[in-house]
Amino acid sequence: MPEIEIRGLTKVYHVGDVDVHALRGVDLSVDSGEFVAIVGPSGSGKSTLFNIIGGLAPPTAGTVSIENHDLQKMNDEDRTTLRRAVLGFVFQKYNLLPTLTAEENIDIARHIAGKYKEPLSAQFQELLKSLKLEGRLHHKPRALSGGEQQRVAIARALVNQPKLLLADEPTGNLDTENSQAVLKILRDLNRRMHQTILMITHNPEAAAFADRIVTMRDGRIVTA
Amino acid sequence: MINRLVFENLKHRPVRTLVGALGICLQVTMILTLVGLSRGVLGSMAERQRGSGADIVIKAPDSSALSYGLNMPEAIVDLVRGMPHVAQATGNLVHPISNLDSITGINLAEFNRMSGGFKFIEGGPFRAQNDMVVDRIFAQQKKLHAGDTFNYGHDWHITGVVEEGKLSRTFADMQALQEIFGENKKVSVIYVKVDDPKNTDSVIADIEHRLEGHKVYSMAEFVSLFTASGVPLVEGFTEVVIGVSAIVGFLGVFLAMYTAVLERTREIGILKAMGASPGYIMDILLRETLLLAFVGTVLGILATYGTRALLAQIAPNLPQMLVPDWYWKAALISIVGALIGAIYPGMKAARQDAIEALAYD
Repeated sequence: MPEIEIRGLTKVYHVGDVDVHALRGVDLSVDSGEFVAIVGPSGSGKSTLFNIIGGLAPPTAGTVSIENHDLQKMNDEDRTTLRRAVLGFVFQKYNLLPTLTAEENIDIARHIAGKYKEPLSAQFQELLKSLKLEGRLHHKPRALSGGEQQRVAIARALVNQPKLLLADEPTGNLDTENSQAVLKILRDLNRRMHQTILMITHNPEAAAFADRIVTMRDGRIVTA
Repeated sequence: MINRLVFENLKHRPVRTLVGALGICLQVTMILTLVGLSRGVLGSMAERQRGSGADIVIKAPDSSALSYGLNMPEAIVDLVRGMPHVAQATGNLVHPISNLDSITGINLAEFNRMSGGFKFIEGGPFRAQNDMVVDRIFAQQKKLHAGDTFNYGHDWHITGVVEEGKLSRTFADMQALQEIFGENKKVSVIYVKVDDPKNTDSVIADIEHRLEGHKVYSMAEFVSLFTASGVPLVEGFTEVVIGVSAIVGFLGVFLAMYTAVLERTREIGILKAMGASPGYIMDILLRETLLLAFVGTVLGILATYGTRALLAQIAPNLPQMLVPDWYWKAALISIVGALIGAIYPGMKAARQDAIEALAYD
């Protein structure tokens, strides 16, 4: 059973009197444990696809099934629950809460998921070691480098052991060295822990770290 | 964890936090200062009335506890003096100078007998027609000393400064006052001392019988009327100030929280992406508001010590009492006002679109 099953997905934005067709009938399946990169130029619809799979925006038509949950039938509250229980996000701009330390940024994700009082899993503690954040967890984001912030964001996204990790241009704000480090972490996560990852990128070198590359253009998948 | 986030958020924007807390501080200070002032002023008036040494107070038919009606004939004093169980009776003429100021004409010998007499800090009693004695508070306020001349509805010569707490703040000879202001043989109020406090009620009944329509109070009853609830004007004024201060606090919190929501649009988007529900977001903002309200209330209570000290320096005739029994009421008003002020910003935050919020720079 695929982790993500998308059939005939369309998304139309209404901008004034104009309808913008961001997605024009997307079909995509992602199996559990797969590392998939979605590539494409600006305006190809990859971010819209990311937002719909992430439960951040509702689809216009078609079906999107995540872990057998049909997003089309979900309201805002259901999608919030889905994000909390099934998904982890990594963003280009890291999106850490600036007032909290790295450790607290991870803790708040656990708190939102209602897992704050549970002990950290051995798997997550192993992940923390591999992220090489020792000695940096008590610092606030402004005291961390971009690479460190993105590694904290990855830890935050995975602390609740989500079924699916969604990464939106995770190396977009990083230099080559840090980009390589982050991509290796993602690949390692996928290989060792069988973490399903869907990564959006416009960078072919980053996409090459994935098992499968899906190319989008003008709201459609052109190669899958 | 939420508390940590709330605390860090407030710490992160100290100016915004300060503005929100100061709005509530101002609200609490306004309420507590006004209540403290009304109690202090009315309390000192009551204290001065008790300082007369009288057991019974007689006022004109059209008067109230805090106002004087048409003056009464002085002959009534002799009538009362002749009643059974009346040990002493003395009439006073209270002449208004301005809205809240007046001068009290007394028969010094009778007044001394009833009250135990003045304690002079400077100078001595009045002797001539234009002589005036003032209490320490009035002298301090007007910067007067014995020997000064002072226009107070008339040109007076200050002969002495006395300790406060006896009937009035300004005194002149009653006969002189009657002549100066054309109130010959008239008094505004009569103070009566009975031979035994046990006879107070029977003497009051006797006076009411003989002086039909006049207002006759025991001293205990009379001073009990010196409360804000006994003075409709003060009570109404207090309500207005509470209303205005609640609006000030509401606006302070509304602005602070609205700014907070705008400033933290992206952070709210991050929380939503992580699966935070609208209730979770609202919870954060309401906790921030409650913390602001708590800090503002504590600052407001502390500030009343400052206003009290300030008033004691610049307006000693306006004593402000500390009113601990009102602390919880002021806190409740500020908290309710603050929570109402946080509702709209909170709803705006809770309804924020996660994608738009994440795209916000």
